[in-house]
Amino acid sequence: MSDKLDQNEIERLKGLSNKDRYQIPRQTMPEQDPHERRKNFREVPHGLPPMTAVLEANRCIRCKKPGCVQGCPVGIDIPGFVGLVAAGDFLGGIRKMKETNMLPAICGRVCPQEEQCEKVCVTGKKGKPVAIGRLERFVADWEREQGKMETPLVGKPSGKSVGVVGCGPAGLTVAIDLRRAGHAVTIYEALHAPGGVLMYGIPEFRLPKKIVAAEVDVVSRMGVEIRYDYVVGKLETVDDLLKKHDAIFLGTGAGLPWFMGIPGENLCGVYSANEYLTRSNLMRAYDFPNCDTPIARSKRVAVVGGGNVAMDSARTAVRLGAEEVYLVYRRSETEMPARIEEIHHAKEEGIIFKILHNPVRYIGDDKGRVKQVECVRMELGEPDASGRRRPIVVKGSEFLIDVDTVVVAIGNGPNPLVPRTTRGLDVDPKKGTVMTDLNTMRTSKKGVFAGGDIAIGAATVILAMGHGRKAARSINHYLETGVWDIKYLPGEEPKTEQPEAKGQ
Amino acid sequence: MPQQNEVLENTVLAEKVNRYRIFAPEIASHRKAGQFVIIRMDENGERIPLTIADGDAKTGVLTLVVQSVGKSTARMTRLKPGERLLDVVGPLGSPTHIDRFGTVVVIGGGIGIAPAHPIAQALRAAGNKVISILGARTKSLLIMEEDMRRVSDEVVVCTDDGSYGKHGLVTDVLKELIAAQGKPDLVFAIGPVIMMKFVVKLTKEQQIPTLVSLNPIMVDGTGMCGGCRVSVGGETKFACVEGPEFDGLKVDFEELMKRQAFYREQEREAMERFEHECQIGLRV
Ligand SMILES: Cc1cc2nc3c(=O)[nH]c(=O)nc-3n(C[C@H](O)[C@H](O)[C@H](O)COP(=O)(O)OP(=O)(O)OC[C@H]3O[C@@H](n4cnc5c(N)ncnc54)[C@H](O)[C@@H]3O)c2cc1C
Ligand code: SF4
Ligand code: FES
Repeated sequence: MSDKLDQNEIERLKGLSNKDRYQIPRQTMPEQDPHERRKNFREVPHGLPPMTAVLEANRCIRCKKPGCVQGCPVGIDIPGFVGLVAAGDFLGGIRKMKETNMLPAICGRVCPQEEQCEKVCVTGKKGKPVAIGRLERFVADWEREQGKMETPLVGKPSGKSVGVVGCGPAGLTVAIDLRRAGHAVTIYEALHAPGGVLMYGIPEFRLPKKIVAAEVDVVSRMGVEIRYDYVVGKLETVDDLLKKHDAIFLGTGAGLPWFMGIPGENLCGVYSANEYLTRSNLMRAYDFPNCDTPIARSKRVAVVGGGNVAMDSARTAVRLGAEEVYLVYRRSETEMPARIEEIHHAKEEGIIFKILHNPVRYIGDDKGRVKQVECVRMELGEPDASGRRRPIVVKGSEFLIDVDTVVVAIGNGPNPLVPRTTRGLDVDPKKGTVMTDLNTMRTSKKGVFAGGDIAIGAATVILAMGHGRKAARSINHYLETGVWDIKYLPGEEPKTEQPEAKGQ
Repeated sequence: MPQQNEVLENTVLAEKVNRYRIFAPEIASHRKAGQFVIIRMDENGERIPLTIADGDAKTGVLTLVVQSVGKSTARMTRLKPGERLLDVVGPLGSPTHIDRFGTVVVIGGGIGIAPAHPIAQALRAAGNKVISILGARTKSLLIMEEDMRRVSDEVVVCTDDGSYGKHGLVTDVLKELIAAQGKPDLVFAIGPVIMMKFVVKLTKEQQIPTLVSLNPIMVDGTGMCGGCRVSVGGETKFACVEGPEFDGLKVDFEELMKRQAFYREQEREAMERFEHECQIGLRV
């Protein structure tokens, strides 16, 4: 379909009945061919062409009580922005979007829409849901490609200042909303780049870094100061920062990689997914020796885990030139936490799924480099606490796979650096998360708020952003009233009294 | 006023060893003995962990002593005053636990003398008797002897080839010291892994508490990647946050040496390419 807007077609679509709309098939995004993309780090889907986006938007029937909005953790006015796209008003669409979501190019790419808005979209009951995520991505890309991204209005100076620790999606979102309210905002970021996981974790082929940079640029243009290379807890503590700011928001994420504690895990060539992805993404090791940071030159790689992080690692390994990449996961494919789209992409790229398998030890050569992984087969037993069927080892099923690299992607916990160095900040003893009242995003320490992965453990970009928005409202309330002990923000009390929501 | 991260001085201390003074006032005023920074030269540069040799809260000057061992550190030697490092992050790692132990032997091997200096200084200020053993391969590679003399009660220098001080290894000197003065209350060893390993072999036999400072490969330096993991007493530790100092008697030095060597091939290639580019004038 052409890049030009066809006004006649737009008019025709306007006149469709709901029944006609149900007849339009869900539009797909063109993608890079799997054989081709195995060799490069360029983005896989190309995005919808304008008239395809218009057609897709016309599949939406503008429900009176839209389920999709309920399904969105930040409550984007989905029928509103989709309706504007349907009418060919892309500028209107992006403006509507940005009333609630300032990072749409990112969310449109990485949000699990199939679990959220699209899961409850009514057209999905009979056919396929409206491709809300693709439309979100479309309006955001359209605006950026026009070369004039609008800077949201900044509120008149309040005289208050807030320190934000961590420049991931939670921190960025809180910063934007606080600037809108007129507060001065400084973000303290440990790394040399913004974005948190968006920059160091999620690979280029899924989320191009120039897109993250463009969305972060808006934050800087709003007058948010970002201090890079600033490790809170080492340079200054949260207690020090509280002397400079009226409130502090903690958005330090879940950056502590877990290992399984099995023999051979410290052999050379065994990486945490964080290290593997950071070397490749943030440090651009794929461009070695033009970039100075090296990464293993692997032929045979085993990635352990079944989430997005595992898929990202496996697909990165393929692009770094590995000939065989195994994905070792202890449950079955239906239990995999990764997005369906990512599983699908991984398979297309030739990743060998070893489901119902688990590593038990790594075997090294005389130089201490991993050369084999010993696996066992698993079967599914009774459901466990997570509701998923518990994997059980099949006795005597041990076997070896030859590998030269292993990437452990079994999950991340919160980084303890800030919790350990802050006085009076309660931490969940089991999970290491900062205890946060999810109604107010307030912690046990007066003036300190938290949100995102540090508050609930590794979750999603959009939840982190939702927390950021709520925290900003809560901070505004605190800075206006000075009142700390509240259960709910004004106007957000539940209809019937509910048990207090704590960091779950 | 100098700019943030500006190089104020770059002096050759010995063959392939340079001292850099960098303007980084916040780090200079917060750093404690035993901590390190991570620097990045430019956009394509890697993140290099470097132990802090000194920091002056008044002038905001941070001192690093760096041995040129690969492409990144070789590039550093070409830094001129007035140029800036793109990133300096720190102070990282846990500071040295300073206490009044009694008699402490501080062993600095090669470039390890630089980070040993603030530790000796802090130990002495806390009322310890500090005996420093400085080791180098040969006389021309010995650094900071005068600085160490100022912060030690006693200094013994030794060289592998006998070109200066005693002829022998730091472990030989330590043995003699123990024979002459009895066991110290604590030994602090910083230097090449192989040196620390042999120091620990000796102190383990003698049952002398020993601290070592480890320098595994690192990326972020904040506990996010686990690339810096070391085995201590059978447990995995992230050296960048839980270290870099550990109970030497429990460290698995073999594993550390192997992990340090993991990228040797790539490092060699990068170095060769860099030298070639310098020769043909692509880099000036
Ligand atoms: C590989 C990977 C793939 C993923 N894929 C998806 C996906 O497809 N969709 C999705 O929705 N979610 C995905 N996630 C999860 C998602 O990225 C996170 O839930 C989200 O980024 C959390 O945001 P945050 O702001 O809480 O923390 P983060 O993004 O982790 O950001 C925290 C920031 O704080 C900084 N920081 C930490 N400690 C300090 C300190 N002491 N001082 C200063 N700064 C500090 C960190 O450097 C970092 O920049 C993925 C995660 C990973 C690792
Ligand atoms: S639920 Fe689906 S059809 Fe209804 S408004 Fe939302 S996107 Fe449109
Ligand atoms: S260097 Fe990454 S965790 Fe220590």
